[in-house]
Amino acid sequence: MIPRWVAGVAAVGALLVVLPLAALAARVDWPNFWTLISSESSVAALLLSLRTSAVSTLLCLVVGIPLALVLARARFLGINLLRSLVLVPLVLPPVVGGIALLYTFGRRGLLGESLEVAGIQIAFSTTAVVLAQTFVALPFLVISLEGALRTAGTRYDVVAATLGARPTTVLLRVTLPLVWPGLLSGTVLSFARCLGEFGATITFAGSLQGVTRTLPLEIYLQRETDPDAAVALSLVLVAVAVLVIGFTRRSRSAL
Amino acid sequence: MNGHGRRLMVGALAAGFLAAGTLSACSGPPRADGGDAPSDRTLTVYAAASLTSTFEQIAADFEAEHDGVSVELSFAGSSDLVAQLQQGAPADVFASADAANMDKLAADGLLAGTPADFAANTLMIAVPPGNPAGVASLADLAAEDLNLVVCAPEVPCGAATERVERAGGVSFSPVSEEQSVTDVLNKVITGEADAGLVYVTDVRAAGDQVEGIEFPESGDVVNVYPVSALGGSTQPELAQEFVEAVLSPDGQKVLSDAGFAAP
Repeated sequence: MIPRWVAGVAAVGALLVVLPLAALAARVDWPNFWTLISSESSVAALLLSLRTSAVSTLLCLVVGIPLALVLARARFLGINLLRSLVLVPLVLPPVVGGIALLYTFGRRGLLGESLEVAGIQIAFSTTAVVLAQTFVALPFLVISLEGALRTAGTRYDVVAATLGARPTTVLLRVTLPLVWPGLLSGTVLSFARCLGEFGATITFAGSLQGVTRTLPLEIYLQRETDPDAAVALSLVLVAVAVLVIGFTRRSRSAL
Repeated sequence: MNGHGRRLMVGALAAGFLAAGTLSACSGPPRADGGDAPSDRTLTVYAAASLTSTFEQIAADFEAEHDGVSVELSFAGSSDLVAQLQQGAPADVFASADAANMDKLAADGLLAGTPADFAANTLMIAVPPGNPAGVASLADLAAEDLNLVVCAPEVPCGAATERVERAGGVSFSPVSEEQSVTDVLNKVITGEADAGLVYVTDVRAAGDQVEGIEFPESGDVVNVYPVSALGGSTQPELAQEFVEAVLSPDGQKVLSDAGFAAP
């Protein structure tokens, strides 16, 4: 039973989110909606966003799963500090992340200078977009998975190990299947975060159609000359986000 | 959830909507208080981001000459400011970085009187100190292996860049088309870009962080800055006085010291 006042406050909270989205939908120039979102630049931006977000999410999984395992299971001096540092991008304004990336991978950055010598230039490339998205999205995966790992505990892992399973077998056959829902929601959160990435990308990667101008950057630019197109594209982004989140909820409840 | 709980939720949601409706009704008129007391008046000025240092100076001089008046400055991209004004943001004066944005407000009937041109700006090539890529002319910017950064055609400095391209008969292949002239300048300052096209005033303001290279074609593309009092102002006389301060010899001197040309 929920107290009345909780329901009331909850309604205000829901409105805070739903009302702006409704206002956005109300502003859309529906008769021209399709024309607005199917322009060459819009389609290029949407495809680039989907492509880079998919690669970034994959990258998050590859490095994020081991990172979450270490944070949840390992014990060593400084692990709490490591956890705090890994989660920093959660609270950092993305533009700060962009500046930090610039001083790391930029042409005069920490690693950038060596990369430049090796003939690799990251700034202004799609790789820069992927790096920016991975940087901001990784903590979402790590925090979801670490929480799931802690909740699951190590009892089944220990049993599997005493029955003779090697550590990698335990990980793939016992640990990860047990935290599957947490892993899935972490993945979706990361993907959604990648899709919405703006600040780090515009600071670090630049903005060029088909190369670095993702959908959020295109929306920001269209606002200058064609607010109708910006609103229509915003709604596309909202729709994609709702679809992704809806999809996970369904697949989770099917478990 | 049982039937009672569901009804409760619906009721709470309805209450929430009602509350939201009441709130928006309250915020209808743009500004309720007129700030009648002559001893304590605030003049709100919306100005293009490229005017930041100059308008801070002009506003300080204006406050010194007008007892009890404080000038509140809001700087952003001209089109951002126009969008805010079109949505009812309360302001007394607007200074734009181009005529196109001022025209948008005129078309919506939001201006008081006719805008006056008060400054002009031209483009300049900015390169990192030492000019590592050896850029010397506008034609050099078209080189394939050069990391050139310009403004996107959608923003005023990008529109000027396109016109310079046409005037010089060259075609650029930039590695990035940025949202604002400040973004272009930052890419040059950090050394990410070998060259960028920015305004003369930006090169001047950046000091020794960048080197400026003039090119003859820039004279064909002059960006003119208009200023106007706004129709929604609750203190039209004071707003008009600020406009005149910008156009006055003192105001013009502040602008020319920063590198702006006369319109």
